[in-house]
Amino acid sequence: MNTLGFERRVALRFLLEGRMQSLLIIVGVAAGVAVVTYVSALISGLQANTLDKTLGAQAHVTISALDDVVTPARQQAASESRFTRSQPREQRPRSIADWPALMAELQKRPEVAAVSPMISAAGLGLRGEASKAIALVGIELDRYDRIVQLRSKVVAGTARLSPGEAMLGSELAADLGLAVGDRFTITTGSVSDGARVTALVDLGVRELNRRTVYLPLRSAQSLVGLPGGATSLDLRLHDVWAADTLAAALQAQLPYKVEGWQQANAQLVSALNAQSISTAIIRIVVAVVVVLGIASVLVVSVVQKQREIGILRAMGATRSQVQRVFLLQGAVVGALGSLLGVALAATLIDIFTRFVRGSDGLPLFAIALPPALALQVALGATAAGVLAALAPARRAAALDPAQAIRL
Amino acid sequence: MSAATPARPEPAPDASALIVLSGLRKSYNLGRPNQAEVLHGLDLRLQRGEFVALIGPSGSGKSTLLNILGLLERPSAGSYRLLDEETQTLDEQALTLRRRRSLGFVFQFHHLLPAFSALENVTLPALMRDGRVDAAARAAATGMLGAVGLADALHKRPAELSGGMQQRVAIARALVNRPPLVLADEPTGNLDRASSDGIFQLMRHMHREHGTAFLVVTHDPRLADRCDRVVELVDGRIESDTPRPAAAAGGAQTA
Repeated sequence: MNTLGFERRVALRFLLEGRMQSLLIIVGVAAGVAVVTYVSALISGLQANTLDKTLGAQAHVTISALDDVVTPARQQAASESRFTRSQPREQRPRSIADWPALMAELQKRPEVAAVSPMISAAGLGLRGEASKAIALVGIELDRYDRIVQLRSKVVAGTARLSPGEAMLGSELAADLGLAVGDRFTITTGSVSDGARVTALVDLGVRELNRRTVYLPLRSAQSLVGLPGGATSLDLRLHDVWAADTLAAALQAQLPYKVEGWQQANAQLVSALNAQSISTAIIRIVVAVVVVLGIASVLVVSVVQKQREIGILRAMGATRSQVQRVFLLQGAVVGALGSLLGVALAATLIDIFTRFVRGSDGLPLFAIALPPALALQVALGATAAGVLAALAPARRAAALDPAQAIRL
Repeated sequence: MSAATPARPEPAPDASALIVLSGLRKSYNLGRPNQAEVLHGLDLRLQRGEFVALIGPSGSGKSTLLNILGLLERPSAGSYRLLDEETQTLDEQALTLRRRRSLGFVFQFHHLLPAFSALENVTLPALMRDGRVDAAARAAATGMLGAVGLADALHKRPAELSGGMQQRVAIARALVNRPPLVLADEPTGNLDRASSDGIFQLMRHMHREHGTAFLVVTHDPRLADRCDRVVELVDGRIESDTPRPAAAAGGAQTA
């Protein structure tokens, strides 16, 4: 660092000399950095939490069999008007043809983390006089667990799906008066089957808890009348945001309906985007304020230090040396301010996680200060400092030493 | 710029000359209605190791001449050769480096950096040049401060020193790089008589010790009388240029 020894020394002394001024602006920068860091951490925590809750109960990409549609007997010409009315077809469960082969293919794709076959259909859960509409979900537990971490959602019993066993949403269990170990009957109109409850699950959404029954894939196949079939394939990806791209690519290749979670939750995605944009706006506004603050202090400092700058120039300090003295002051103010600001943000985050609690007494959601974010904000603030110092530094370098000394 | 003066033949190499001015002019606000010429064609020659007083009434152009000699301002016309090198054609960066290498400045109001201690002020030239202060530079600065009688005040800030002591620091700073020429602008103008005499003796001593040439702008005829040569500037022209051979002896006595 010999090359910047002079600049460093003089810059630090100048900052120390205007102690109050330097302190105020460093605190100002720290406040800006703290706001940006805290808001960024808060929003990303909130988003991660929302995503987690949303994607915890659904696949990133779902491939399902196409709906039955009415095929017209004759292709209609453009000039013709039609006086007939087609009745839409009633929908029955349809299987994806040769799904094990498709599943094997999908698993080979690098972006896919897990694939799980599923039978989903409607039915009734019966026990004694109680009868409830249920969403019947036939799965292979181990595979499905990799999609939505079903095992972690068990609130009673043990997750197990051997033939003749079922796992239930907790509310449905209450509605039917079932506890772990009890038996109940599932009917899909034509076929009925009995099952024993092995576990109750809380899926995080009341509607799902009130309706969902997980069965082994095979039991579901026979209940629905699709021996060996699967109505859909669920995919989990390594990167959740790649879902739409992958869905579009698969849609082009496969004769099935392919839907990414972003499509299925368009509103959520636009809400997340709006949050991200707000964060960006806050960042930009704070950055502008920080730059202006540092710049104004340095402009004043250049005026105050005119004589010293003149002396240094007379003694042989080059224009670029003088310029670097002020650029360095900007960088130091930005760096110190960002250190202080990140520390402040960490404190705020700590306070948030400690004191802001949900109704259950647990933290509302986890927010953390990722080191990458701290580093990014700190570098940003330092760069802002240098940027802010640009104009004052040029001004200092352009001072006429003869005039500056006479002051 | 040189259009105002007729082209001169390139002078022969002249190793003994420190400064050679010929036809030096300086105008302010060139080309504007308030254009004013301050120096009207000066010819002046300074040898290495001379001790010269520059006197003259206020507004005679002393400060302007000093700024030009100090490479802080450029003349409008004419030639200024410093150490046998024409300075008119040098760019800003080159002038800065010549200032750093060949010149020392002592100003009327000391002009030390208030945030730096006496020693740090004197090591500034080394820091500026090398980016660090090595042991040799530190020793040179300490030695120079000792030579100006401030061995006990190395770590004092300028504000803790008297006016005379501050001026001693300034002289030490001007001399620490051993430049061939020190330009002093009213170095005693701000001091009482006793301090003023002390500073002047110190400059004479340094002149004798290191062979440094001094050009001292002064209002004080007492001090001017004790220089080896007195150049008088009146209305931007050299009115008189008088050697004072007796002065050297007088200076030796007082030192």
